[in-house]
Amino acid sequence: MNGVHDMGGMHGMGPIQHEKDEPVFHARWEGRIFALTQAMRAWGKWNIDASRYERELIPPAEYLRMSYYERNVPRLIGLLVKTGMVTLAELETGRPAPRSPKAASALTAEGVPSTVRSGSPTSRNAAVAPRFKAGQRVRARNMHPTGHTRLPRYTRGKLGTIERDHGVYVFPDTNARFAGENPQHVYSVRFAARELWGEQASVRDAVYVDLWDDYLEPA
Amino acid sequence: MHEHDAPGHDHGHDHQVVPSDPALRVKSLESLLVEKGLVDPAALDALIDMYEHKIGPRNGARVVARAWVDPAYKARLLADGTAAIAELGYGGTQGEHMVVVENTPKVHNLIVCTLCSCYPWPVLGLPPVWYKSAPYRSRAVIDPRGMLCEFGLELPDDVEVRVWDSTAELRYLVLPERPAGSAGLSEEALAALVSRNAMVGVAKVTLPRAGARA
Repeated sequence: MNGVHDMGGMHGMGPIQHEKDEPVFHARWEGRIFALTQAMRAWGKWNIDASRYERELIPPAEYLRMSYYERNVPRLIGLLVKTGMVTLAELETGRPAPRSPKAASALTAEGVPSTVRSGSPTSRNAAVAPRFKAGQRVRARNMHPTGHTRLPRYTRGKLGTIERDHGVYVFPDTNARFAGENPQHVYSVRFAARELWGEQASVRDAVYVDLWDDYLEPA
Repeated sequence: MHEHDAPGHDHGHDHQVVPSDPALRVKSLESLLVEKGLVDPAALDALIDMYEHKIGPRNGARVVARAWVDPAYKARLLADGTAAIAELGYGGTQGEHMVVVENTPKVHNLIVCTLCSCYPWPVLGLPPVWYKSAPYRSRAVIDPRGMLCEFGLELPDDVEVRVWDSTAELRYLVLPERPAGSAGLSEEALAALVSRNAMVGVAKVTLPRAGARA
């Protein structure tokens, strides 16, 4: 979706604020919502793409007003409701529905180190042929899906060069709507800064973007 | 307190089903999920402790220092970041697929995630606020040189700037240049020099002033 989250190249966002000796979490609730999000992922009811898409659905003015950890709150609530893990009525009352069975947590304290250490790899051993090879000229497709995509707007329609084939990975656009992993090759694509931004950019510089087969066409 | 049915509470068009203060919203959400048995508060404590005290940029600094003192390790690191980083015991969530990019006198690398805030957690920990902010995410790709100047890093025109936008599940770590005059330092002393910012590409690694003449 052409959302406000897709920020590459926008102007007017203000100066970068630095903070000396910044804590990992600035308030207790930041750590709690971070941990809640990680712990609830262990149920496997959603994937990282669905989770990113849920955050993109935050209305633009609210998205910009909120801090990173604040955005985690509507995201987690949205995912819990959509997957049926929590009902709106339960959120309203703050209490489990009467007679609802009590679950046994998917993640225990003892399980935390191994869960964090193993992560959730999104590479797949599927035998999918690459459509492009290193050195090949490609064009990022001019497409504007209303759902989730990881093709940034600033690259669409632009010419680049395949720098490297990273291998086969889950495709976010379908995975985000639980329509299948659709595994395919991901490439590091080099875009000259001048191709993206015109004369104002340095002739030497480049932006490297990781793009899936379905985002590219031969140039 | 979970009593929201105060007089005047309008269910008709109130989509905000929990209090608007994030601290209250999170508290209320946590208590509901705990009561439903969906999360174990001890697991939350363990996760927070891990990211506050165990996983952070010191991990990445050890990777960088090892690469500086061990050419064979550096070659493995650049060829397969995930495997070489795992040799030092790091990996997992948000670092499942690692790519290490090397700074040289002619190439400077910079990491960003314009679409969200992807960052290599196992080696750098959770990202600082500025990395997740709209100013950084919007500007890094269109004006990296101007932005780096504000970080105090002015790059000569003959240096190529490569910006890596983390749009897929590959996570990037910059291997900074080893500072001149650091030949006598141990691997441990070298690791102490490597800042988080240098591994994101918004700073260089420098010797402390006192050691600059060594």
